[in-house]
Amino acid sequence: MAALTPIFRTPVTFYVPVVAAAGAFAGLFIGTAQGSGLLGIVAGAALLAVLALAATRLLDNERAVRWGIVVLFTIGGFLIGSTPGLILGLAFGWFFGWFIYWTYEGRYRAKLPPYLTPGQVLWHFTFRVICGAILVFLITPILVVMPLSFNAEDFFTFTPEMLRLDPEGYSLKHYKDFFTNDDWQQALRNSVMIAPVATLLSVSFGTLAAIGLSSEHVPFRRAIMAILISPMIVPLIISAAGMYFFYSRIGLQGTYFGVVLAHAALGIPFVIITVTATLVGFDRSLTRAAANMGADPVTTFFRVQMPLILPGVISGGLFAFITSFDEVVVVLFVGSAGQKTLPWQMFTGLREQISPTILAVATILVAISICLLTVVEMLRRRSERLRGMSPG
Amino acid sequence: MKIKSLAALAASTALLAPMAMAADMADSMTLVSWGGAYQKSQVNAYSEPYMAMHPDVEVVWDESSAEAVAKLRAMNEAGNVTWDLVDVVAADAIRLCDEGLAMEYDPDDLLAAAPDGTSAGDDFGDLIVSDCFIPQIVYSTAFGYRTDLVGDTPPDDICDVFDLETYPGKRSLEKRPINNMEWALLCDGVAKDEVYDVLATPEGQEKALAKLGTIKDSVIWWSAGADTPQLLADGEIVMGSTYNGRLFSVIEEQKQPVAMLWDAQVFDLDGWIIPAGLPADRLARVKDFVMFATDTQRLADQAKYISYGPARASSAPLVGKHADLGIDMAPHMPTDPNNAKNTFLYNYEFWADYRDDIDAKFQAWLAQ
Repeated sequence: MAALTPIFRTPVTFYVPVVAAAGAFAGLFIGTAQGSGLLGIVAGAALLAVLALAATRLLDNERAVRWGIVVLFTIGGFLIGSTPGLILGLAFGWFFGWFIYWTYEGRYRAKLPPYLTPGQVLWHFTFRVICGAILVFLITPILVVMPLSFNAEDFFTFTPEMLRLDPEGYSLKHYKDFFTNDDWQQALRNSVMIAPVATLLSVSFGTLAAIGLSSEHVPFRRAIMAILISPMIVPLIISAAGMYFFYSRIGLQGTYFGVVLAHAALGIPFVIITVTATLVGFDRSLTRAAANMGADPVTTFFRVQMPLILPGVISGGLFAFITSFDEVVVVLFVGSAGQKTLPWQMFTGLREQISPTILAVATILVAISICLLTVVEMLRRRSERLRGMSPG
Repeated sequence: MKIKSLAALAASTALLAPMAMAADMADSMTLVSWGGAYQKSQVNAYSEPYMAMHPDVEVVWDESSAEAVAKLRAMNEAGNVTWDLVDVVAADAIRLCDEGLAMEYDPDDLLAAAPDGTSAGDDFGDLIVSDCFIPQIVYSTAFGYRTDLVGDTPPDDICDVFDLETYPGKRSLEKRPINNMEWALLCDGVAKDEVYDVLATPEGQEKALAKLGTIKDSVIWWSAGADTPQLLADGEIVMGSTYNGRLFSVIEEQKQPVAMLWDAQVFDLDGWIIPAGLPADRLARVKDFVMFATDTQRLADQAKYISYGPARASSAPLVGKHADLGIDMAPHMPTDPNNAKNTFLYNYEFWADYRDDIDAKFQAWLAQ
């Protein structure tokens, strides 16, 4: 793909405004942090325009100029914001050094097909910037939580010590609290005891339901399907209130088994939907072939059908697990204090005492989720590769 | 098999015979409270000593006091009351009592007398504001301010909250009319003893909302007691109202640059109610616990962990030093004479009559 298109240096009227615009955008953030957004925009634009002109007109050695810009920005950043400013300056300096030559030399065109119009080129990069911005928008709230969880104070605040990257401002005390506090440990135990059992129930019932509902001779398939996936559509609070009164009458309210059943009911729709979707691609003649060779339906299911729909079952199970693990509304109704799960504990913790222990727990949960998803995805790829369903 | 179990039964009966009373009591109870430092003070002062005396009793804490009224209603409707003792503010206790969801009790029968022999009814005095309410603490809603954001003249008057010129910046107020309306009228020139007369009239309510309107753009409304401490620690607000115990924790335990503005603090009561209709064994256990947990020494002990005043007159002289910090707790009590120069007492009768009406007006005003 390298150098698909011949590249040319761009005119001053192109690269200087583009670099200045990028400088203005960066200046907006720096300026806002320093007190005046407008001043930041103007200063950023002016600084970058001058830099771009100087780098391209006065000096010739690209490598030296880019190092110069990095050093300049690093020193500037250090003067404005000491250590964190230094790191930011380093990043900004590297980026702008690269960006000036990228636009000036016309390198942005190199890997694109030669027939694209300027408008298409612009859209190509705008699209990528938008995608990046959406990613940042989605992930920032999660990322902000992580450094805050190492806070040495008992508040959700970036203290001056933390911003100075002073080790004094950081501590592991909220993690220690999570691992030593009985309330949190009890909640963790409850969550770990409830979620897997609820998942197992959801997966068993959901898979059976999906297989049954996908065979043509079942009457009222659509109506049954609608009823089974209704817990996903009905507002959670309504299901929760209904379950509360129903479970109270039959003595399940406030019991471990009651919470497991309620969570299984919430998880079943996810399993049904994913397994039904997988079954669409399942060739029914395989079951007939198996029957022809003398396998009974149970053997057929475990030896032929199940391995083929396994990806759907696993992802449905994963959703069911996360539903149970994250669920707070239903457990507040159906459970009693003895079944307090992690989300419940986090909920009361947030309402009654804004304690960073919640952030520590959130960070741990995020790490676990990432590991879990990575493992599942790797297993899935491995099984696909083994069965020759995907290349590589 | 049968003989074996009979023998076991006989053995256990023999063991339990000296504790015949205890055998009639349930061996677990669910206590409902507010979570946080307050619940911790109750665990330290009440339930841990109690469990030390009764190792076979299991105590489960549920942090649901904020929605206690709604949950008790639902439990009652479902015929499945799982709570044994519920910590609520006095206003909620009055509502629950009126609805028949809380048990009425006789103070002299249920609660221990003071060490000097004063009956419990006299020791708690007027604080027993409802036939179902077992008082524990006197707390107050007061203001805290950032010492580093108010310049050289720290606020010492409730009306400084409404003074945007001297104290520019955000302030936090509770997202409900109670307390805010009283403060607004007081700072709009209404005499203290006429506040509730004025607030009873539609014009008076308009007047209070108009006064609040002068700072509305600078107000962050809170709904959880932990909000104001967080906002103060962030420096997001200059001053804000919350429960005095929360402010004590910010100032003394977290060492934040915050100080108290006690002027026109509003006293309120918090205490236990026993849900109506408990089975006999659970009721016996709860009665035993309440007798212990509300005696003079236990109430005084609680003040070691949090700066709320004990509800018994006989506990006040026993209030000592903070359990961890070792500082004298008396000057941090809302009832300390230096702090209580100008105070309100939550007006239960007035708010019982006018709450729905004024709530609706307040919420409509907020949404404007």
